Amino acid sequence: MIHPGPIFDLILMTTLITLAWLLLAGKDLFRAVVLFISFGLLTALAWVRLGAPDVALAEAAIGAGITGALLLVGLGKLGSAERCRRTVRPATALQRLTPAVLIAVIIPSVAVILLLELRQLKTISFGQQKLVLSLLDISGTDHPVTAVLLNFRAWDTLLEKGVLLLALTGIWSLDQAHPLFHQEPLSPVLKGLSQLYLPILIIVSGALLWQGSYAPGGAFQAGALLSAGILLAALGGRSLPSYWPGLPLRLLASCGLLVFLLVTALTLLTNELPLNYPQELAAVLILLIEIFATVAIAVILAAAVAGGHPAERHKHHSPSPEKKP
Amino acid sequence: MTIPVLYAGSGILLFFIGLHALLIRRHLLRKIIAANIMGSGVFMVFIALGARGDSAVADPVPQVMVLTGIVVSLCFTAVAIALAVRIHNLTDCTTLAADEESSID
Repeated sequence: MIHPGPIFDLILMTTLITLAWLLLAGKDLFRAVVLFISFGLLTALAWVRLGAPDVALAEAAIGAGITGALLLVGLGKLGSAERCRRTVRPATALQRLTPAVLIAVIIPSVAVILLLELRQLKTISFGQQKLVLSLLDISGTDHPVTAVLLNFRAWDTLLEKGVLLLALTGIWSLDQAHPLFHQEPLSPVLKGLSQLYLPILIIVSGALLWQGSYAPGGAFQAGALLSAGILLAALGGRSLPSYWPGLPLRLLASCGLLVFLLVTALTLLTNELPLNYPQELAAVLILLIEIFATVAIAVILAAAVAGGHPAERHKHHSPSPEKKP
Repeated sequence: MTIPVLYAGSGILLFFIGLHALLIRRHLLRKIIAANIMGSGVFMVFIALGARGDSAVADPVPQVMVLTGIVVSLCFTAVAIALAVRIHNLTDCTTLAADEESSID
């Protein structure tokens, strides 16, 4: 009997490639965004098949969730029509030729060369896995991915927190947040659902955060869920108290990076090596970093979907009441 | 062994489908989606190369790199959409026109 696994893989990959082609080639942009969300969910399935459940969780929460929300909000603001005020001048022959050569000759040939190179891949028995597993005892966590993420390669994660904050700074410097969700008579279904789901989302994200120490899960997945909760609450008509959008919001958004930097500085002072945790404190430090990272990620992602800095003297943060220019 | 190769090959194809659309399509939002698909392709190659072993769980180091990469690509998407909205607000355009105009004059 044939094992069903490879057939599933084949179907999954064919679906993913067809989906990618369809969503990029189709006319309707709304359809493309919706297909992209389903593309993200199917990619999560591919990560599970490849034995990477942590990536699958992150992809489902981000690729399908937050990115989808960002794209839908962007689509709402941009509209799907291709508009351009400038008249397009006829290009010279060489100008017309260059993209054609690039697209028709160079891209396919590089793709074919890379695909042929795949034959040279060899089976490896473990890669870095053995090394990580042998060092797991001193890492302060029982899950290899968390150990690499927050101990062995903590530098990457520190910089990643910096990138998140930088992205928010970029978004805030571009524009002011406009109300995303203004549905005047708030639908009772939405209100009820947000009341029902908000506590569940908070509990599940807490569980994911805690679970990161021994199983797939961790700060980023938890933060993405929490930001979904914040967005749902905003959809349900809730808003932040008036004193929030100033310093408290900025502190919350940067607390992940600040705590991480503090730990880096402390380890640098005590051990001479940054992010080289003392073994008995490793578990506590990792948990500390993860808790603040979760809060910061949730706030940053929700603020990114809101798309702009909060209106200074208004009451709300995510859906801040501000008129369109 | 053939399964990771299948995934790595699909990742390469996804990357080039995305690159193709990034060059061909004109709407900014579709370019952003195309760049995201290119990213998914790269991540798929990474994870597939880490899954060549016999064990059921993939190599944790590429997994961590992809996790970081997903976060960075999310940041890219957020900033790119904010920029596209800004362009739209200032010029009422949803495409970039400069490529056809950057001629000799």
